[in-house]
Amino acid sequence: MELRLAHLYPDLLNLYGDRGNVLVLQFRALRRGIPVHVGRVGLGDPLPDADLYFLGGGEDRQQALVAPALERLRPHLAAAVRSGAVVLGVCGGYQLLGHAYHAADGSTLDGLGLLDVVTRHPGHRARRLVGNAAVACALDGVGTLVGFENHGGRSWLGPKAQPLGRVLAGFGNNGQDRTEGAYSGTVFGTYLHGPLLPKNPVFADYLLRLALRRRFGDVRLAPLDDRWEHAAHVRAAQRAGVRLRTA
Amino acid sequence: MGPRLWAAVLAGRLTARVSRALGLGGGTVLPGRVARWFAPDLLGRLARGLSQGVVVVTGTNGKTTTARLVAAALLDAGLTVVHNRAGANLPAGLLSALLLATDGGRPRAEVGVFEVDEAAFPRVVGELRPRVVVLTNLYRDQLDRYAEVDRVARGWRQALQALGGGTVVCFNADDPQVADVARDFPQTVAFGIEDLEAGREGLEDAADVRHCYRCGVPYRYRVVFISHAGHYACPSCGSARARPAVRAEAVDVAGTSGFVVELAWDGVRLGVRSALPGLYNVYNVLAAAAAAHALGLPPQALHRAVEAAKPAFGRGERLRWRGVSLQILLVKNPAGFNEVLRALRAEPVRSLWIAIHDQVADGRDVSWLWDVDFEVLREAEAHVTVTGLRAEDLAVRLKYAGWREDRITVQKSLLQALRQALAQTPPGGTLYCLPTYTAMLELRALLAREGVVPAFWED
Repeated sequence: MELRLAHLYPDLLNLYGDRGNVLVLQFRALRRGIPVHVGRVGLGDPLPDADLYFLGGGEDRQQALVAPALERLRPHLAAAVRSGAVVLGVCGGYQLLGHAYHAADGSTLDGLGLLDVVTRHPGHRARRLVGNAAVACALDGVGTLVGFENHGGRSWLGPKAQPLGRVLAGFGNNGQDRTEGAYSGTVFGTYLHGPLLPKNPVFADYLLRLALRRRFGDVRLAPLDDRWEHAAHVRAAQRAGVRLRTA
Repeated sequence: MGPRLWAAVLAGRLTARVSRALGLGGGTVLPGRVARWFAPDLLGRLARGLSQGVVVVTGTNGKTTTARLVAAALLDAGLTVVHNRAGANLPAGLLSALLLATDGGRPRAEVGVFEVDEAAFPRVVGELRPRVVVLTNLYRDQLDRYAEVDRVARGWRQALQALGGGTVVCFNADDPQVADVARDFPQTVAFGIEDLEAGREGLEDAADVRHCYRCGVPYRYRVVFISHAGHYACPSCGSARARPAVRAEAVDVAGTSGFVVELAWDGVRLGVRSALPGLYNVYNVLAAAAAAHALGLPPQALHRAVEAAKPAFGRGERLRWRGVSLQILLVKNPAGFNEVLRALRAEPVRSLWIAIHDQVADGRDVSWLWDVDFEVLREAEAHVTVTGLRAEDLAVRLKYAGWREDRITVQKSLLQALRQALAQTPPGGTLYCLPTYTAMLELRALLAREGVVPAFWED
């Protein structure tokens, strides 16, 4: 058994410690004795075969640089998803997984359309949605998700996407409908960084199992010593104003 | 000066006196806030009373140290200086410093030196009309507050465009984003490092700017000094680092204990020895040299100022406590933290105390810890005690960076953590303390209670 991860445009989309998500997936697989290969995909590179694709966040300028390159990968990424590959997008990466991102300057970036989501930036005068956040995750057994959000764009879900969770504290997708993130099959998007996976180890393992399922079926992952991860999780929830019991 | 301004000055000065009398602190912000309430234009009015003008220092890192060096060089040259030395760098902080140096409605000083918050810079230069502006660098820092590095750069550009002639802009030629903002300004003094051996190859992960501002193609770097600062060129449109006017031609950094640098500009050559730690302080000395040059100060004034400079509080200062040496190295953002870790690699590190807070002045978002290359120190034979409001986040980060888990202790209380870290420091050894900004203030207060250091506003 082995795991293949692909980190898309790490040079451009790495705004909020996003590489931490990839590090955590890699580390947690290795601790279970599963060898990991991490591919870094740059502008213009072809899409490698992988079990999990990760897209981080960028500023508007970086997202504009990435969007055309991503456009060319669209059919390949869609085929990978049909084969069961997992895609995780955080912040700007999440916005690019949707149909379109209408930027602050009025321009529109086409997204990958892997999630039924449209994002609109109401302009630089509008308040950014910034702060600690906690979410009751809609996925089985994941519990809460915690992190920090910082986005100008407001995302709205269409009927084909499910919210990743319900906002317990923070703004979520748009600051209005109390939803946070989106998922559809094996494609996940969220505004939570911090980064996301280091302090949400249950979700990290959920994604690992899902990614391994594509080629190896259901895999049991041995438990790890997650004392600090859980403590960081509880602390982040507390900073968002949500009290969780210590594991 | 009209009655409104008089009232504002009076109210501000009274606030300062009351604040100190009540033991509320040094009065580094409140007097200015009160005075601005009476007269919002007071900052500019008072600044115009400074006969030799104003120097403004801004940028992500190095503001405090650079401003101190410039102020010291001006003093050495015989001028009287007003300076927001305690580091309160928003308009109210600047005004508080000016109020304390004001008599009869006029500042007692001839020249002002102000470090200014990088996001507040556009507002402040409009009011101050500085004679010299120093742009140190632009790194990723506190994104929860400044939103985006690009937006800060946009603000700078607009502010400079609004400034007319008469201002000289000193800027870091090695930082492509800063250079792009400043290079078309009519009067500039660029500074940078020429010694290729002071750098390394390849960008670290925290580098924010890697794609050309003119055409979007990735820059090629011949050498990198700090984060994205180095000798860069765009292979597509040819825009590239220009040879700076004020140069560090030979650099020799000795870990966290200081450096020797050979400075050169306009026929001047100056060998300078500094007690400030790390390569990042070479940039601060360069920035100060550029400002001194722009102000027409004698090179010897700068030379003496640099050689006499001790690290500002938390910026590498060394203290003795209970038979152990403490060195305090402020860590606020990935670029600065990486430089501290790099400097520590040259030291025999046995014991570390790292305090991570997430208050507004630290940045509430701690994700930046994952942009710091802790991996470079994982081989160190060091015990590390982590503390602060987000101690657990750091413990997780160190674990995933490959630090030995049995050498990491999480301790919530800063004081308890400090005691523990002291106990793990060998006799005669050094305990390296790496706090974020508000953790540093807390550490400072704690050490002041123990009688190790004076209160910060007396520094």
